This record gives sequence, C-alpha cells and structure tokens, in this order.
Amino acid sequence: MAPRLMQGNEAVGWGALAAGCLFYAGYPITPSTEIAEMLSRELPKIGGKFIQMEDEIASLAACIGASVGGLKSMTATSGPGFSLMQEHIGYAAMTEVPCVVVDVQRLGPSTGQPTSASQGDVMQARWGTHGDHPIIALSPTSVSQSFDLTVTAFNFSEKYRTPVILLLDEVVGHMRERVDLPPFDSVTRVERMGTDVPSEWYKPYGDPISDVPPMANFGSGYRYHVTGLFHDTMGYPTQRLDEIDPWIERVHRKIERNLNDIILLEEDIPEGARTIVISYGASARSARHAVKLARQRRHKVGLITLLTIWPFPEQEIARIAHTAKRIIVPEMNLGQLTLEVERVVGRKKVSRINRANGEMVTPQMILEMIEGH
Amino acid sequence: MSREEHSAYTYLRPTKKFPNVWCSGCGIGIVMSALIRAISRLELEKDDIALVSGIGCTGRMPVYMDFNTIHTTHGRALAFATGLKLAQPRLKVIAIMGDGDSVAIGGNHFIHSARRNMDITAIVVNNSIYGMTGGQYSPTTPLDGKATTSPYGNIEPPMPICEVAIAAGASYVARSTVYHAVEMDRYLEQAISKNGFCLVEAVSYCHTTFGRLNKLGTAGDMMRALKDNSVSMTAAEKLTPEERAGKIVRGVLWDVQKPGYLELYDKVLQRAQEVIHAK
Repeated sequence: MAPRLMQGNEAVGWGALAAGCLFYAGYPITPSTEIAEMLSRELPKIGGKFIQMEDEIASLAACIGASVGGLKSMTATSGPGFSLMQEHIGYAAMTEVPCVVVDVQRLGPSTGQPTSASQGDVMQARWGTHGDHPIIALSPTSVSQSFDLTVTAFNFSEKYRTPVILLLDEVVGHMRERVDLPPFDSVTRVERMGTDVPSEWYKPYGDPISDVPPMANFGSGYRYHVTGLFHDTMGYPTQRLDEIDPWIERVHRKIERNLNDIILLEEDIPEGARTIVISYGASARSARHAVKLARQRRHKVGLITLLTIWPFPEQEIARIAHTAKRIIVPEMNLGQLTLEVERVVGRKKVSRINRANGEMVTPQMILEMIEGH
Repeated sequence: MSREEHSAYTYLRPTKKFPNVWCSGCGIGIVMSALIRAISRLELEKDDIALVSGIGCTGRMPVYMDFNTIHTTHGRALAFATGLKLAQPRLKVIAIMGDGDSVAIGGNHFIHSARRNMDITAIVVNNSIYGMTGGQYSPTTPLDGKATTSPYGNIEPPMPICEVAIAAGASYVARSTVYHAVEMDRYLEQAISKNGFCLVEAVSYCHTTFGRLNKLGTAGDMMRALKDNSVSMTAAEKLTPEERAGKIVRGVLWDVQKPGYLELYDKVLQRAQEVIHAK
C-alpha cells in the first residue's frame, strides 16, 4: 500500500482486516464511528460480514456469537457504549471467546463531551465488568501504532482466548498522520488453536497443554455447551468448588504466565536519569515532546510509553523506577493509571499531571513538572 | 422401554445434566420435547443445529440438548444468534427464550431481529411471570394478576408478543400452548424449515409462582385452563369480540414469503464486488 494520510480510526479498520477480521457489529457513536464506516465498505469486498446492531449490547453479543462460529470479530465504541458493553466483556472472559473491543475514549462521565479527548476509561477497561477476570488492554499513541496494535489485539485475543480492549482516545482516533501500511500478507497473524481429537473426546474447557484450551467452532462437528455460568471442563454449569477454583486460577494464569509476551512498552532511559515520565496514548505524545525539550535543556529525563496498560506492567515499572527519584505520570483523567504506578513504586515518588476537561496535557505542563516548577 | 430406546434420547445429554432444574409439572419440558420431535421429523443433523438461549427458566433448556448450545446473557439470545448465524449461515440457529427474556430486557433485539427478518427460529415460552427469580410480574402478566412485585394486582397491559413480531417484519408467526403439544410440533417444524425471522410463541404457565399467588390450582389445573381458554384461529373468527376477549388464539397468525437477511446480504456482497471490478 502506498503511503497515505490516514486517521487513527481508519488505521484500526485496516489493522483489523490485516489481522483477518471477518466480522464487525457496532452501533454509531462519536468519536469511533469512522471505524464502522470504513469496515462497512471494506468487509463486504472480502466476503466478510458487517452489521449495524440496535445498540452496543447487541453489538458485542453479535461479535461473540460470530466468534463462536469461527470468525475473528470486532466492535468499536466510545464511553457510553463501552459502559453498555461491560456485561458482555465479562461474558467473553468467562466463556473464553476471542473478540476485540475498541473504545475510542471521549470525555465523560455520561454523554460528557463526544468530540473531546479523554483517557477516562482506563479503570473501566480493567474493572468495568463484575467479578474477577483477566483482561488485556492496549493503547496506541499514533496512527501507525493503531494499525499495529489492532493486529496485536486480534493475535492476543486468539492466542489467549480472551476479550482484548483497544483503548484509543479521541486524539489518536481522529488525528491524521502519514502512514505506510505493510502488505497484509507480511503481517503476523495468530490463528485460533483448534482441535482434531475425536468429538467424543473433546473437552471445551479442559485438559489444555497450556492454560488455553483448544477452541472448536460451532458447526465444525464438535457439539458442546457455552455458558456464562461457572462451568466444568465440559462447559456444563457447576457449583462445585473443586471446579470453580481451578477455573478462576487457570484463566488468570493464562495471562500471568505470558506477561513476557503480552507486556509491550517503549523504554527510552538515558544513563543516570533521575526523573522518568510514564505515559500512554495521546498523553505519551506530549510526554515525548516534553522530554525532548527537557533534554535540550540538559535535564536527564527518561521516558516510558506503555502500549499494554492491562495487565499493568508492574515488574517492568518496578525495575525501571528502582533507580529513579521521581516519576511523572501525565494523563487525561484525574489519575487512573497513576494509581497503578503509585501501587508499584509508592506514592512519594509519583507526581501527577491530570486534566479531565477534554483538553490534552500539554508538553509545557510536563516540562514545568520536570523542571520542578 | 429403556431410556436409550426413547426417541428423544439421542438429542439429549444424559450423562451430566439431568435431572433438570424445572419444577415438576412445568410446561417448559413440553416445549423441549416438541422441539426434539420437530427436529427429528425434519431429519436435521445435530451438528447443524445451534440452540441459543438467554437467562431464566427457559434459558436453561440448551444445556440438556446435544446440539451446539450457548446459554448467553439475559435478553440477548437473539443478538448472539444474529452473530452466529452470520458467521455460520449453514447452521439452523434456534433462539429459545422466556417472556421476560425476549420482550422485556430483550425487547429491542426482538423487534430488530424481526425487522431485519434475520434467519433465526425464535421460540418464546410465555409463562407470564419471572419464574426463576421467584414470581415477579413480567411484560406478559395479565392485568390484575398478582406477582411478588405486584401484590395489589398488575396495572400494566400485557405485551402482544406475536403481534409485535408481525408488525416489526417477521416472516412466520405462530402461537400454541403447551397443552396442544402436537400442534406445537407442527409449528416448530414449519418455523425451523423457513428462512427469515420465524417465531413460535408457546403459551405456558407457572404453577409454582403465578399459580400459587393467584390461586389457580395445580399444574394440572393450569394446563386444563390452557385448553379451556384457548381457541383456534378458525374458531376465533366465529366468535364475537366479547366472546374472544381473554382467549388465547392459536394458529399460524402470519406466514409470508420474503427474503431473509442472509439472502439480502448476498446483494451487499455482490455490489461490493461490482465496486471492485468497476475500478
């Protein structure tokens, strides 16, 4: 594909297609709608299915249904719709059905400011659905990264049989940048691990070699049961503690044992840096610029850009923060990921820069904090 | 006859999931056996059937049946079924729901699945109450009916499930009761065979909650009431509006030929190809 000017939202659409997505169900909502528009045009060209559902609840339900039927599936939304999707994020986690949920964050709470940027859904992405469950959330900082992380989101989702949340913000979603997308056949695609055991031996939730059981698609000759109730290895509802406990342990283990694969971050820490800025999404763009300016003024400042925000990269942050005196966390919210940083490195080291009015945290604000004003 | 010899045996999952959760005398099992008879008569392969349910007493049906089965969230069976059908058009996708599940919390999906004429067989077991949670009034509880949340009598008029589906755009709509099991076999057979959105309302009862709260007697008494209070469409036409009031009208209320969603979606695929080739 020739280099072209493209929106982050559009890049998400292309990333989905490159990853092998063949199903999209969604409901219009600013600032994510371009993803649906783009896929309504492109999916039918390759025989894929696009459907505009009656609400966001139905949208994620349809995605899970299609994924059980064997198609890689995605939906996209923003704050209010993301709130409506929470029950089905839990359902996908419980039933271990791969799907990708894109949330282009806008200012909340409630209807808030549909066209203003925010990073206010960070904690909702982690804990929005009820009950303890593992989740993966990725957050791109640029248009080309929106493409890359969409592919990664699909790959993680299939590899670990889990819903994956792609957290954009209005800035990255609507921003246009020059991008040179790779040929789709050069993109690494992870396909669902299926099964070839005789159907009477198939245990949909049991006996995995890893902690991720092979998934048979509906209609492929393996008849089994899927339920949001706690279930045994056959997928049948259970109230037995000796079946519930292993389930809870396994689904968390399948993420925790693979943190090396799942945690993605960019580290730019010069020798002797005592101040480190940790950021993600659009705020990371301001952070990068502020760090550049600070270094021109001979401040030794490190920069960490988190691409994976859930699971939170605790070990990496602990290691990096060990030598630092001060950690600055700029966010377009009142301090959500900051809580995680504080949990890992302690509150004393952490300086917050928060903005929750729809405006970006500016490089100047971060620079001032670096210089200790 | 051993249980293995029973004609329904091959369609059930006997090893793990019985006995079932339903109260003795419940009508849901009758709908389940009618569904098995319809599928058996149509000689469909078990691998080619997907049974999708929501939450509630009726929502528990799929776990007992040896198909591709998915027990989803409350009200959303049709939305899950829509995705599954689009992904695997070859599957016969059957959504089995209760009244609260389909037309209260799931009302939006019910209307829009019918409007799209989505190729799904929808079965609503209407027992006029939320049974699993202990007898709260539902969108089909009759006026003045007592429920645990309408102790002074229900003031909300019941939802005409079939009429809503017809108005919204379904291809096939039929209503019967769990007393008229043979009739229901036939309607289910027709609904499963046809493309587009096909609805069968199976009027049932809940003697455990609604029956007890309204002093309607045993399961047997309530079953008899379905017989006494229902009329076929042909018989209903001969009644005056006064005589017809309060009667359950049974029959194929609606049956039209029109393309289902998947047939229409083929047009989208074809037009997309034309756009590619026009370049």
